[in-house]
Amino acid sequence: MSQKTAELKAVSRTDMTRAQWIWKEMKVNKVAYLMVAPYMILFTIFTVMPVILSAFISFTDFNMLQLPPNIVWLDNYITLFFDDDIFLIACKNTLLFACVVGPVSYLLSFLVAWFINELDPRVRAIVTLIFYAPSISGQVYLIWGTLFSADAYGWVNASLIELGIIVEPIAWFQNAEYVMPLCIIVALWTSLGTAFLSFIAGLQGIDRALFEAGAVDGIRNRWQELWYITLPSMRPQLMFGAVMAITGAFGFGGVVTALCGFPSVDYSAHTIMHHLEDFANQRYEMGYASAIAVVLFAVMIGSNMLIKRMLSKVGT
Amino acid sequence: MAKLRTRKHKVVLSRSAGGDAGITFMLVILGAFMFLPMIYVIMQSLKPLDELWMYPPRFYVINPTLDNFKDLFILMNTSWVPFTRYIFNTVFISIAGTFGHLLLASMCAYALAKIKFPGRVLMFKTVEMSLMFHQTVTALCLFIVMAAFKWIDTYWAIIVPAWASTLGLYLMKQFMDTNVTDAVLESARLDGASEFRTFWVIAMPMVKPAWLTLIIYSFQGLWNAGASVFIYSEQLKTFNYAIGQITAGGIKRAGASAASLVLMMAVPIIVFVISQSNIIETMGSSGMKD
Repeated sequence: MSQKTAELKAVSRTDMTRAQWIWKEMKVNKVAYLMVAPYMILFTIFTVMPVILSAFISFTDFNMLQLPPNIVWLDNYITLFFDDDIFLIACKNTLLFACVVGPVSYLLSFLVAWFINELDPRVRAIVTLIFYAPSISGQVYLIWGTLFSADAYGWVNASLIELGIIVEPIAWFQNAEYVMPLCIIVALWTSLGTAFLSFIAGLQGIDRALFEAGAVDGIRNRWQELWYITLPSMRPQLMFGAVMAITGAFGFGGVVTALCGFPSVDYSAHTIMHHLEDFANQRYEMGYASAIAVVLFAVMIGSNMLIKRMLSKVGT
Repeated sequence: MAKLRTRKHKVVLSRSAGGDAGITFMLVILGAFMFLPMIYVIMQSLKPLDELWMYPPRFYVINPTLDNFKDLFILMNTSWVPFTRYIFNTVFISIAGTFGHLLLASMCAYALAKIKFPGRVLMFKTVEMSLMFHQTVTALCLFIVMAAFKWIDTYWAIIVPAWASTLGLYLMKQFMDTNVTDAVLESARLDGASEFRTFWVIAMPMVKPAWLTLIIYSFQGLWNAGASVFIYSEQLKTFNYAIGQITAGGIKRAGASAASLVLMMAVPIIVFVISQSNIIETMGSSGMKD
C-alpha cells in the first residue's frame, strides 16, 4: 500500500493528462470532500437549487395546484415588461431606491468609519455602537412610524405645527408624496451594517508605515492620503462592502411593508420585491412570480459585477 | 510605541484644524440622526400613559415609570399559547441553527482555505456569488423545496437552511486564509494527525474571533426572525412574531409596544457590546479579491 502511494507521488504532472492529474488530486484529498460535503450539500439544496428552479418555473404557468404545469416559454416575461404597469412602477421605485440607498449608505459607512478611525479606541467603540445599533435591533425602525405618526400626537407633526410651518397634521406614511423619501431615510438609518464594520477593520489594518512613507514622498493633506494610500490599501474591503450595500439596497422591502402597509398608497413605494411577494404569497402565480425573481436576480448580480469592475480602478 | 509614532506622523502630515472641525461637525450631525430615534424608543417605553398622549408631545420623559413593561408582561400572560412557548421556540431555533452553522461552516471553510483540492475555487466562488443577491429571490422556490421535504410547519424549515447561510462561511474562510499558518498545520500532519483532528485541535482554536462572529451573526438573524411563511402553527411561532402581534393591537398599546421594541433590541445590542473587538478583528480579513 505504502509503495503504491509513493509511486503515485513520484509521477510528475507532465506525465499525465489533465484529467488524470485532477483525478489523482481528488483521490489524495478525499478527506477534503468529506469536510465540505455537509455544508455544500445544504448550500446547494437551499440556495443554488431554488435559483435554478426559479429559472425553470419562470417558463411555465405553475400555480401550485395544476400538475404538470403548461410550458409557456417567454410569455411571463413578455407580460411582465409590456403588459404590467405596476411592474414598471415597481422597477422605477426599486431603481430609485437602490440608486439612492446603495451609494449613500456605502459612502456613509465609509466616511463614518474614516472619521472615527483616528479617535481613541474606547471612544471609537462607543461611536461604532451608536452607528451600528439600528441595523441589528430588529424591528426598532417601527419607531419612525411613531415619530411620523399621522395625527397631531406624532412628534414631527406636533413640532411642525408648533413652528407654524403646517396647520394640520400630515399623514406621512399614507401620502404618496412623502412615502418614498421617508422610506429612503429609514433605509439609510438601518443600513450601516456589515459593510461599516468591514471598513472600520480595514482602516485599522492598514500598515502605519505606508502613511509615513507617503508623508516623506510629499503627501500633504488627508485628502491626498485618502486617495493615494488609504483607498488602494483597503480595496478588498471596499469590494466586500459594495456587495453588502448593493444586496441590502435591493432587498429592502420588509421595512416599507411594516411602515406603509401593503400595498403602499398608490404603489408609491412598491418595489420589485413587493411585486414578487404579491404574486407568490397572495395570488400563487408561481410561474409569473418566478419570472420576477429571475429579473431581480439578474439585476442584483449585474449591478454587483458592474460596481466591482468600477472599484478595481480606485486609486489608480 | 506604535502609538507614539502615529502621533509623530500626524504632526508631519499636518491635519488642518478646519478639516478636524468639519469632520467633528459631520460626525455629530450623523450621530444625532442615528442615535435620537434609538433614544426616543427608550423614552417612549418609560413614559406613563398621560405623557404618551400629552399634547404637544415631548421627546423626553418627565416621570419615568416601568408600567409599560408590566403591561407587556400582563399581555404576554393572557395569550392563548403560553408565552414561554414563544420564548422556547426562539431560543431553540437560535441555538440549534447557530451551532449547526458554526460546525458545518467552519469545517467547510477549513477545507476550502487550507486543503488544495480540485473544485475548491469553484465552490468558494459560488458561495461568494450568493452574497450578491438577496434571499427574497430564493424564498419562493425554497417553499417548494420545503414542501417536497415535508418540512413545512416544522422547526427544520427554519433551522436547516440557517446551517448553510453564506456570510458565515465567507467570513470564516477569509479569516482562516490569513490567520491560520500553513506551517503549523503541516507539522501537525507530519505528526500523523488526521485532517479532522488538525482542523479541530489546531485550526479551530486559532480562529476564535471568527467563530464568535459567526455565532453572533447567525444568532442575530435567528433572534430577529419573525413570521415565516414556512410555519403556520401558533405553537411553533417565535417570540418576535408574538411581540409583533401585541404591538399590532394599535394605539392603545403604544406603551407596551415601545417596551417590546426595547426588549427586542436589548439582546442583540448587549451581545454586540460584549463581542465588538472580536467581530472587528474578523472583519479585518473580510475583503474580497477581484
